[in-house]
Amino acid sequence: MEEKATKVYWKGLDELSNSPEFVKHAHNEFGQPPAPEDDLGHSRRDFLKMMGFGVAAVSLAACEAPVRKAIPYVDKPLDVDPSLPNYYASTYTNGGDYCSIVVKVREGRPIKVDGNKLSGVTKGGTSAQVEASVLSLYDNSRLRAPRVGETKSASWEVLDQMVIDKLGAIRVSNGKIAIVSNTVLSPSTKAIIEKFKAKYPTTEHIQYDQVSMYGMLKANEESFGKAMIPSYDFSKANIIVSVAADFLCTWLSPIEFTKQYAQTREVSEEKRDMSRHYHFEAGMTLTGANADHRIQIKPSEEGAVVVQLYNLLAAKAGRSSVAGGIDKPFLAKAADELWENRGKSLVVAGSNDKAVQVVVNAINDMLGNYGSTILPHIPVNYRQGNDEAMINFINDADAGNVAGVIFYNCNPVYDHPMGEKLAGALKKVGLKISTAYKEDETGVECEYLAPDHHYLEAWNDAEPKKNHYSVAQPAISPIFKTRAAQESFLIWAGETNVDYYEILIDNWKTWFFKGGNLRAWWDKCLYDGVLELPVESSSVSFAGNVESAANTIASVKSNGIELFVYENGTVGNGSQANNPLLQELPDPITKAVWEHYVTVSPADAKEINFSEAKTKYASITANGKTVKLPVLVQPGQTPGTIGIPLGYGRTRAGKVADGIGVNAYPFASVVNGSWSFVATGATMQMLDERYWLATTQTNQTYMKRATVIQETVLSEFKNDPGAGRYRPKVATWKDPNHKVEPGKLSMWKGHDYKNHHWGMAIDLNTCIGCGACVVACNVENNVHLVGRQEVINRREMHWLRIDRYYSTNADVHDLKGLEKAAENPEVVFQPMLCQHCNNAPCETVCPVAATTHSTEGLNQMTYNRCIGTRYCANNCPYKVRRFNWFKYHDNRQFEQVNPAMNTSLGKMVLNPDVTVRSRGVMEKCSFCVQRIQQGKLQAKKEKRPLKDGEIITACQAACSTGAIVFGDVNDPESRISKLLQISPADENRPYGIDKKTGNPRAYQVLEEVGVKPNIWYLTKVRNKEEVKA
Amino acid sequence: MQVVSAIREPLITGTKTLKDVSHDISRQVEGKPTRLWWMAFGVSLALLSWGAYCCWMLLWHGIGVWGLNKTVGWAWDITNFVWWVGIGHAGTLISAILLLFRQRWRMSINRAAEAMTIFAVICAASFPGFHMGRLWLGFYWALPLPNTFGSLWVNFNSPLLWDVFAISTYFTVSLVFWYMGLIPDFAVIRDRAVVQGNKIRALAYNALSFGWQGGAKTWMRYESVALILAGLSTPLVLSVHTIVSFDFATSVIPGWHTTIFPPYFVAGAIFSGFAMVLTLLLVTRKVFKLEQYITVYHIELMNIIIIITGSIVGIAYITELFISWYSRVPYEGYAFYNRVQGPYAWAYWSMMTCNVISPQLFWIKKIRTSIVATFVLSIIVNIGMWFERFVIIVTSIHRDYIPSSWTMFYPTMYDVGQYIFTFGIFFTAFFLFAKFFPVINMAEVKSILKSTSEKK
Repeated sequence: MEEKATKVYWKGLDELSNSPEFVKHAHNEFGQPPAPEDDLGHSRRDFLKMMGFGVAAVSLAACEAPVRKAIPYVDKPLDVDPSLPNYYASTYTNGGDYCSIVVKVREGRPIKVDGNKLSGVTKGGTSAQVEASVLSLYDNSRLRAPRVGETKSASWEVLDQMVIDKLGAIRVSNGKIAIVSNTVLSPSTKAIIEKFKAKYPTTEHIQYDQVSMYGMLKANEESFGKAMIPSYDFSKANIIVSVAADFLCTWLSPIEFTKQYAQTREVSEEKRDMSRHYHFEAGMTLTGANADHRIQIKPSEEGAVVVQLYNLLAAKAGRSSVAGGIDKPFLAKAADELWENRGKSLVVAGSNDKAVQVVVNAINDMLGNYGSTILPHIPVNYRQGNDEAMINFINDADAGNVAGVIFYNCNPVYDHPMGEKLAGALKKVGLKISTAYKEDETGVECEYLAPDHHYLEAWNDAEPKKNHYSVAQPAISPIFKTRAAQESFLIWAGETNVDYYEILIDNWKTWFFKGGNLRAWWDKCLYDGVLELPVESSSVSFAGNVESAANTIASVKSNGIELFVYENGTVGNGSQANNPLLQELPDPITKAVWEHYVTVSPADAKEINFSEAKTKYASITANGKTVKLPVLVQPGQTPGTIGIPLGYGRTRAGKVADGIGVNAYPFASVVNGSWSFVATGATMQMLDERYWLATTQTNQTYMKRATVIQETVLSEFKNDPGAGRYRPKVATWKDPNHKVEPGKLSMWKGHDYKNHHWGMAIDLNTCIGCGACVVACNVENNVHLVGRQEVINRREMHWLRIDRYYSTNADVHDLKGLEKAAENPEVVFQPMLCQHCNNAPCETVCPVAATTHSTEGLNQMTYNRCIGTRYCANNCPYKVRRFNWFKYHDNRQFEQVNPAMNTSLGKMVLNPDVTVRSRGVMEKCSFCVQRIQQGKLQAKKEKRPLKDGEIITACQAACSTGAIVFGDVNDPESRISKLLQISPADENRPYGIDKKTGNPRAYQVLEEVGVKPNIWYLTKVRNKEEVKA
Repeated sequence: MQVVSAIREPLITGTKTLKDVSHDISRQVEGKPTRLWWMAFGVSLALLSWGAYCCWMLLWHGIGVWGLNKTVGWAWDITNFVWWVGIGHAGTLISAILLLFRQRWRMSINRAAEAMTIFAVICAASFPGFHMGRLWLGFYWALPLPNTFGSLWVNFNSPLLWDVFAISTYFTVSLVFWYMGLIPDFAVIRDRAVVQGNKIRALAYNALSFGWQGGAKTWMRYESVALILAGLSTPLVLSVHTIVSFDFATSVIPGWHTTIFPPYFVAGAIFSGFAMVLTLLLVTRKVFKLEQYITVYHIELMNIIIIITGSIVGIAYITELFISWYSRVPYEGYAFYNRVQGPYAWAYWSMMTCNVISPQLFWIKKIRTSIVATFVLSIIVNIGMWFERFVIIVTSIHRDYIPSSWTMFYPTMYDVGQYIFTFGIFFTAFFLFAKFFPVINMAEVKSILKSTSEKK
């Protein structure tokens, strides 16, 4: 309805007058001018709006548990099938440590690292550190973005501009620039550093190694005219003499050597021979523990032992002897055997003293080992560090002569003996950049942090040995705003093509591509992960001066206690110290976890009653530095020596490692131009301050229980491959003179496994006790890490453990004396896991049937059903069951020690196929049942029978020595059946639980208990003449 | 006037009449609680609250608050469980077996002993409950209840399941038996309340007595039921601890896997049960002035049972040692060597001293009729019996087959707290019982006032 406005009403005089001010605001409901924009006080309306939204949001959120990051794929990536893993060949490098790997990726997340069998270098082997490295990817202490100065984060553009400006200024002023790194294995990275150098000609690239082998490089330079380290082939050596070279655990390339060494240690009915290994050392190392004869020496005697060996051999070779030498047990015998095995022997020394290595070279030369067990034509690149260059750099920086320094993925402030001096010197350096992926001890001294990717996020390549190339491909796109260090170098050098991936392919194309289909060739390189080209063989001639070396050695003086610092088998040099998998991996020898200690011989620690790992502190002074550490009494350690592991005392590694122990690098000193990790004239004072070490094993011997460990010596094994076997028999009530095997007596009728019957064989002779399997098991099965206090409470959760036993000299009836290890004990390692007993004592006692037997011989745990009475664990004769005493996941209390189950970043590493166990339930080894299921399903899908070797457990996959064999003992063609020579115990029941083994070495632990395990162990054979009393 | 036989010692002294009995016993229930009672009850409540805090911590954080570890999966929890179950044996033994054997001296002590049994079994049952990793599920998963989980059923092979049945049956029967006996006495208190004009008490005790009228037929039925229940309880006395011992005997662990466990455990249970009855009655008789009902003669008889059962236990210990040597099984041998000489030797020798040597003192009449000596020794026996269970459980598993896994067990505050919790339950319940229930079976005691048929 239209109404004609006849009358005009007005709201006020303003409207009547229609002033411009009125017109401007006429559309507003209220006449007042609106509040200016910068008025921060929100209006009542805003307040109501926000409150309304807030209330609605909160109440909506409360209606439903929040769904966290469970976003389905809208467009499924081509290669990602939910629940199916992808595998990518890649390369692990950490400084000069190298391993060719296969990365298991689930839904875009790397969750497991395995060895790459296609590699001619590592041949599928891994180490504990390689296995653990996948968790370092999800380290909470990683840098999330580049950083400039004190700011929390900066953009790469800002950082690059500032760095380029400063570098330019340095170039103009002709200042010195240093790129400091550990050994760089990557040829492409080296090429990029060269490009950087071309742009900034005053740049020097300095490589150093945490545990240097510079002395060896120099010795080889003197001996053969080339500063290199040759390849070694332990597999061809019948006699191995090692003077303090821990080649199975830390020395040069342990993964490679472990594999070779194991080949020489394998024995069977057919092959009744094995290598003999003499080992001279001060502290007990993994290699020493595996030796046939371990001779205690002091670190200062290493040179003299080598000289003595030289003289003994020189007498046979008709060469003149040199001055010096010291007689030690077994040296003459070792010399005799070396001489008999010329060309099939190997002498190695761990010393970083050029003089010692020259004499070792002379010995190997005299024995004709070059060309057979030592391959000088295939030099290795693992250790390229130049001690002198690094020392010069630090001194230069201290003198104010260095204008800029780039720390390329290294941390010398922590892990160089002169780190403290370097930290001070850096204050005088104008431009300091670190590319490390976290703000470490060196990073805090740097103004610019340009974090590199984790190795699993990055393209890279490596040349571990001459003509052996390896490619690293990213298994995940970078989690944080990190950038390949190579790209950083190129950007700072002002290059236009900065894509490292393209450069890498270009390089490989230029260097290795011989024509054909480039794409196919590159794909094959990526698929294989390695590219190995033939190496021309060449011979070397020894030209070293043994006499002068001997004189240098003779001048070594020793006084007081000798302190040596060493890498242990867990955190090693400390670069991965923030990895809780390594912190909680028991040291292969001491079995300590989360601990830093000083190892002392029992003779020197008489005042400490080292029971239950309860000990006292000692104060140690050497090289003008005093530290306080708890004492670990180490059988086998040479009296008068003390050892401190490297890798602890981190201050900026992250929550996991910070504050554990002290930094032992400063105890090293320069001897003959290279770092010596021995300090003589040390003093140690026991303090009256108690300390409780966290160790996973406190009883050191196996109490001469023949049913646990069965061992023999080679001389007896040659006559009877069943030597050392303990065959228990029990008398029956029917006829006391008729004794039967305990397995024959049973209340149960047994059952039949109609399909598969899973079993495992573990060779005690090839198991070296390294612990790679333990870490692999932890990662595969989401095993909780529990931290130091819980280990002191003896509650580590490891499903697989390595029992380490020392021999004892006590009589078998001296039950108290049996607990005491011998002064220089023999060592045996026994991997212990759920034995999957056919008559499992755990199964009968569970009131709710939460642990039951599968139709394939597996003893399986149903976590959901478990009510946690722990009766099963009590009744387990092997003590392999682990109880969840607390909620170890999603619990702030364990966040620090178990980030993989307590932080959202860490949880990315979890294996989605394995339940994370909650509080109050029992758990144990499942024989990797998820892998068994996966393998069976695959075969079923392809409508074919399962093939042997398709299913391998995580521990087996990780074992470099092949000591663990898993398979179907129902299948007569399987590897395990053949190895153990399995046949049914009862011909009428081919699928029955009782299986007979024809392998005379095969035994079952605690056979007489009658639980009928599905794991067999093969006896340990030591290559020595007599069984130790 | 009480009639006293010339040849038989009277069971109740002090020439009590029927009325005296009613009065002496009911007086405790009718009167106001004494200061002593309040103090004792207060201490019990304090123990209970402290224990409840420890329980709460256990439930909130997990079993890890205890000192258990990968090797020693049971320690104080099951030690305390077996200890309490053992203590819970005396009551039923006194009321059932001694009833069948017509041991009339039992009549003064059976009520308190049965109450003690009930409370001890409650305490005992709390441990298998609290020691479970997931108590909230264990409550019903350990019972063979029909469920919606498909064919999921309990494992009838497991001795722990047998425990569930054994303990619950024993508890049920003991509770019924005990309550049955209380009914006529509640009626006495009700009747007295009616006379005294205390309506609330009359109402309450009338309800408790199920309106007992005391007709001849009722009495006849009462006695038949008592006899039936006694017959039912008798095998239970033997079976409960036999089954508890199966927890260990059926295992494969050296030191546990022992065929003599059932009789050995039963003897030990009666041994500790009688000791606990003595401890409690000596206090009750003093506090409630019941010296004429619980006489030195009673105490002496109980001490004789302690000598017998203590000696059986001693023989069992020695047999175990002998067999461990005679069997030539190295693990068995080591398990016992380790008990005698290992790190827990102090526990073993405490056990030996308390259980084997100290009860032998009762051969001396002066000691076995001494109230003070009996009181001290009764406590020593229970300390010894606690150590016996600790020795069996912990020293066997802390060093069994695989030497790499050998550990020590160190109790924490919460291990102790859980034990204190059960003391809290026990004494709180016992003091409530002593205040509100007639502590001596009036009906039965009245039947033994006359020790001769002589009329007077």
